Amino acid sequence: MEAAITNAPTRPPFKRRANLFWRTVFARSYPRLIGLRREPSWMFFEIALPFLIACSYVFVYKAIGAPQEFIGFVVLGGAMSAFWLNMLWLMASQLYWEKQTGNLPLYIAAPNSMMAILLGMALGGLAATCVRAAVIVVAGSVLFGVTYSTANLLPALAVFLLTMVALYGLGMLFASVFLLFGREAWHTSNLLQEPVYLVSGFYFPIKSLPVWVAAVASLVPVTLGLDAMRQLLFAGGETIGFLPVSIEIALLAVLSVALLFASKWALDYLEMLARREGRITERRR
Amino acid sequence: MNESRAIETEKLGRIYKIRGAKKGEARELVALQDVDLEVRRGELFGLLGPNGAGKTTLIKILTTLLLPSSGRALVDGLDVVTQHRLVRERINMVSGGESSGYGLLTVRENLWMFAQFYGIDHATTYRRIDEMLEVVGLSDRKHTKISDLSTGLRQKTNIVRGFITDPQILFLDEPTLGLDVAAARDARQFVRRWMGRQDKTILLTTHYMVEADELCDRVAIIDRGRVLACDTPASLKRRLQRDAIFHIETSYLSTGGADGFEAIPGVSKVTHRDRDDRTAFEFLLQGEDVLAPVVARMTEKNAKILSLQKREPTLEDVFIDLVGRGLTDGENGSGSGNH
Repeated sequence: MEAAITNAPTRPPFKRRANLFWRTVFARSYPRLIGLRREPSWMFFEIALPFLIACSYVFVYKAIGAPQEFIGFVVLGGAMSAFWLNMLWLMASQLYWEKQTGNLPLYIAAPNSMMAILLGMALGGLAATCVRAAVIVVAGSVLFGVTYSTANLLPALAVFLLTMVALYGLGMLFASVFLLFGREAWHTSNLLQEPVYLVSGFYFPIKSLPVWVAAVASLVPVTLGLDAMRQLLFAGGETIGFLPVSIEIALLAVLSVALLFASKWALDYLEMLARREGRITERRR
Repeated sequence: MNESRAIETEKLGRIYKIRGAKKGEARELVALQDVDLEVRRGELFGLLGPNGAGKTTLIKILTTLLLPSSGRALVDGLDVVTQHRLVRERINMVSGGESSGYGLLTVRENLWMFAQFYGIDHATTYRRIDEMLEVVGLSDRKHTKISDLSTGLRQKTNIVRGFITDPQILFLDEPTLGLDVAAARDARQFVRRWMGRQDKTILLTTHYMVEADELCDRVAIIDRGRVLACDTPASLKRRLQRDAIFHIETSYLSTGGADGFEAIPGVSKVTHRDRDDRTAFEFLLQGEDVLAPVVARMTEKNAKILSLQKREPTLEDVFIDLVGRGLTDGENGSGSGNH
């Protein structure tokens, strides 16, 4: 066999890679988007569950005569919890399920980037969950008479987007980590779901938690994002904020960058491990 | 690299570490050992071997899913280890029994999605999908959800998925596994038609002799990670033409009774299989005159000869001659030749 040229290119040109990247992102987001229409039962589940939990907290706050902005906190928290559930069940566990269905080897053997696959999953899941979250916010606001401060609407939207980048970056990182856990992915999702519900303050301000608990909980991007959005969207919100909004935004930005880099590293490591050991892509192992 | 070769391997080896091996058990499994292969451009090349022979391991290395432990492999002149991203642009793969795709998507949507992972524009993708679905007789099901398809139709969709990207080299790993006879025949016809196109290469693994014989330009027989022979099906079979092959069915002979035939001078190989109340033998004899002592031995064992047939050598006979057991037999199969 004649030797291959040692300085031969190892990757396709940038333009071709960019075209492939965005095509892959769109294509992999498609099943999530089409699922909105074809799997209405999921939509009901993802709207009804957070909404009912939010309702129960609203009634508790009403019963104890809590300030009206707490009702708004709960409605917003209910909407944001839909993103947490989506990230955990349809993002973090996804590569494990892709392996089980036999898609994973096809993803790896195709010339696309695995980051594009994960980004497609994230954007598809994000778009679908936005619809669900919007329904919760609108229904909750109308039903319980929640009012918002419109002055900070744009900054709040920016915080939301930043939160989503960090949250789905965490989901992309988890996807690789959960795949390494193998059959434990399902249990890991279960394990993370409830504690994060508690410490992320979906239904109460995290300022109520001990400082060290709130600090640890801030590693979950939705905790900081929700706290900042509450401060921006509700009159008097800043009085019960955990940290000043500017610091929370800075921390979210750091988390976003760190998590995206970490997810890229984890994916590269995973692919290397898959190729070296040959077990990651096999269903039976 | 040699321009005329689509795939080249040189002393390719792969060893798996066995996790959780107990004391005294093997800690490593040699899946491939010193495999040297050359597949020419435009060739439909078959890898024939029993389960566990190393066929899928070889395909995984060539499709960049697995790193070799030793040796080298070039696909379209590119190193599968260092240039894997470029290799992936030129190849595609289909495995038998695949359940890839998403059940909530239709056949057309699934195929479109996988084509996008190769950067193919929408117009070309849809044109190819419609053409290929027409060829495999799935046009009327293109808007059917994958979850509503039978196993056979789903596998046909998988086969189309492999071809839709128009790869330079296509790897088919037991593509007709689980298909009924008619569907498998359709799939083979489809593969042959696609091969009519210039410069396309297919590496097919199978343990169906007929498939290898009917489809492949050349075949490599692989067992326990080693390539034992590589040639055209006709040339491989010609190796046995000096021999006489007899299929003899007798009344039931216990395993002990079936032994001992190989000791007869002139018997090259013998395998047997018990079926209900009878035993079926395949004899590879060095000449027709060896048949008489074989029959005499059967009579000695009180076996009643139910049928006797002389036939032309098949790839299975070649395999038995090389390996000492049938393709569908287990590791310690019923062959009683040169183990």
